[in-house]
Amino acid sequence: MSSRLPSWKELPIGAVILEPGSSRRYKTPEWRTSRPVINQDKCIRCRICWSYCPEPAIIEADKPYVTSANKRYEISYLIDYDYCKGCGICAQECPVKAIEMVPEVR
Amino acid sequence: MGKVVPLSGNSAVAYAVKSADVDVISAYPITPQTTIVEKLAEFIANGELDAEMIHVESEHSALSAAVGAAAAGARVYTASSSQGIALMYEIMFIASSLRLPIVMTIATRALSAPINIWNDHSDFMAVSDTGWIMMMAENNQEAHDDIILAYKIAENPEVLLPVVTALDGYFMTHTTEPINVIEREEALSFAPKRKTWFTLDPDKPVTMGALGDPQWYFEFKKQQYEAMKKSREVIERSIDEFARVFGRRYNAVEFYGDENPEVVLVAMGHVVGNIRAYLNKMRSKNSRVGVLKVKLYRPFPEDLIVRYLEDVEIIGVVDRALIPGSSSPGPLHSEIVTALRKHEVNTKTLSFVTGLGGRPVTHEHIGVMLSKLSELKDKPVSELPREPLFIGVRE
Amino acid sequence: MFEIRWHGRGGMGAVTAADVTASAAIKAGFYALAFPEFGAERRGAPVTAYTRINKEIIYDRTPITNPDAVVVLDPYMITSPKVLAGLKEGGYLIVNTTREPSEILDQIADLRRLRIAVATVDATSIAMNILKQPIVNTAMIGALIAATKIVSLDDVIEVVRERFPERLAEINVNIINESYKLLKVIKQ
Repeated sequence: MSSRLPSWKELPIGAVILEPGSSRRYKTPEWRTSRPVINQDKCIRCRICWSYCPEPAIIEADKPYVTSANKRYEISYLIDYDYCKGCGICAQECPVKAIEMVPEVR
Repeated sequence: MGKVVPLSGNSAVAYAVKSADVDVISAYPITPQTTIVEKLAEFIANGELDAEMIHVESEHSALSAAVGAAAAGARVYTASSSQGIALMYEIMFIASSLRLPIVMTIATRALSAPINIWNDHSDFMAVSDTGWIMMMAENNQEAHDDIILAYKIAENPEVLLPVVTALDGYFMTHTTEPINVIEREEALSFAPKRKTWFTLDPDKPVTMGALGDPQWYFEFKKQQYEAMKKSREVIERSIDEFARVFGRRYNAVEFYGDENPEVVLVAMGHVVGNIRAYLNKMRSKNSRVGVLKVKLYRPFPEDLIVRYLEDVEIIGVVDRALIPGSSSPGPLHSEIVTALRKHEVNTKTLSFVTGLGGRPVTHEHIGVMLSKLSELKDKPVSELPREPLFIGVRE
Repeated sequence: MFEIRWHGRGGMGAVTAADVTASAAIKAGFYALAFPEFGAERRGAPVTAYTRINKEIIYDRTPITNPDAVVVLDPYMITSPKVLAGLKEGGYLIVNTTREPSEILDQIADLRRLRIAVATVDATSIAMNILKQPIVNTAMIGALIAATKIVSLDDVIEVVRERFPERLAEINVNIINESYKLLKVIKQ
């Protein structure tokens, strides 16, 4: 954290934020009490977790994956743990129960 | 210079808005404001004004749309009255805090209940704490000129605050009067469109209206306070420049009457004119009386008011709004007493509440107020009434 | 200062009459104000409107209590105490009626005592003949200016031509000319 916040004279007027996407710098991993972990073997790539995530902290990655049953997928769903707050909606909504909420141990 | 034409107060305002070449008008109809925006719609339909007219479903939306348009960099205008202003209340704070130079006319009108479409200052006074610069005209020429003055002040990079220009409902809005119309070229050379504020631009993105948590909020309030304070200088400069260019001077505070007055009525809006007329009629009586017109209400020009009143024996503040339960139920009286006290001026003050809900403030009423002041001017402060005197109410 | 008070009913055009008269005065270089007695406008309800004309700026926006001229658009209103209230000595009373000015003078005793100039014109018939509607305001403007000469016929006609669409303007110009011609006055 910076040691000194700007005075009223130094701030842009009207509480305007001049840097686009500055909220990206605001990371929230410590908000979690538990973290979602995706079982890539069970995952059927239905995209439901991706569409439900309120942050959104689920990444649709161009990352091929071959399951233990030898089924090949061209994409994988990954969790962005910088922004995931551990709400558990993805795990709740997953139709094949491929997401497990694992307690954070710090 | 433009030509002199007969116009109603509302038309006079609309012509000025046209000359200011506004980009966006967003409004919802309400008496006695409606004909301002009607006239503007006519200008747009006739191709005399190239502006976007946003039709909304309430005054809350009208001002919200105005905020959005100003944030996008447009020169924006809106107008309302009474309940409409009350419905805008929430958004008025947002416009001033986001520092968007919107200009809004209040065609002043009483607030319900009982339902009343007529004139007093209830609506104007009810929004005097929302962070807008506020001024009130005495006649329709002034109401016309105030629009141009308002854009000049609002868009000044040292200010960037929204401005209310008010004119009295019916007594001015629906009264025909000769108006020297400021033409577009003159208006734009006096108040050029200067987009000096932050605007929403996809090529240069910014965030507006974000959360300001306890670590940030306070700083922005201090900024806003300083901008309002700074606006006094800008307003004075703009008044001077307006007088130079157009030959008409509207001081923040104006005194009319005896050179060395001992009794002064302080008033706002069209009633100032009624008092002038009364004083002119009574001039032969050679009494030491005068009227102090307060044009600028926010920022309150306390220094000027104190200068005019410090050597006066007694003043009567004419309020056309009422705040029951306040230590001074007349809001203008409250401001004046605070100013005098701050500057340790001991001029005696009396509060008059009159002309609520459109009741005319007649020469008879003015006579009653002045004789009350004369009667009490030599009395010690302890013997002055502490409560407002209601002038013209049936007992 | 010359002050005119107009009495009519909603729909007769008293407010427009006050406005057109003030506008004509402004055109002639006077300062003028015109304003209605602001009510919730309803057709048929009594309406009062005011015109103030002066050489210099007018500050006063109070209702006119001592008019120099009273114009009555509805013949039935003549006996209302509000209509004649405060009319100045030597002032004008201009009435829309089929009757003669002398009959009005005989009916209302105060008019002789106050040396009021009484003028009458059958504005309803003029309006019905030319406009085919009982809107008597322009006829009464013609009557007012014929009686008082407070503004010129030309200035009034110019304002009417600016204010109304072309066909309606010409109809009203005819009405004003007719009324101006037919007005009967008894000056005392």
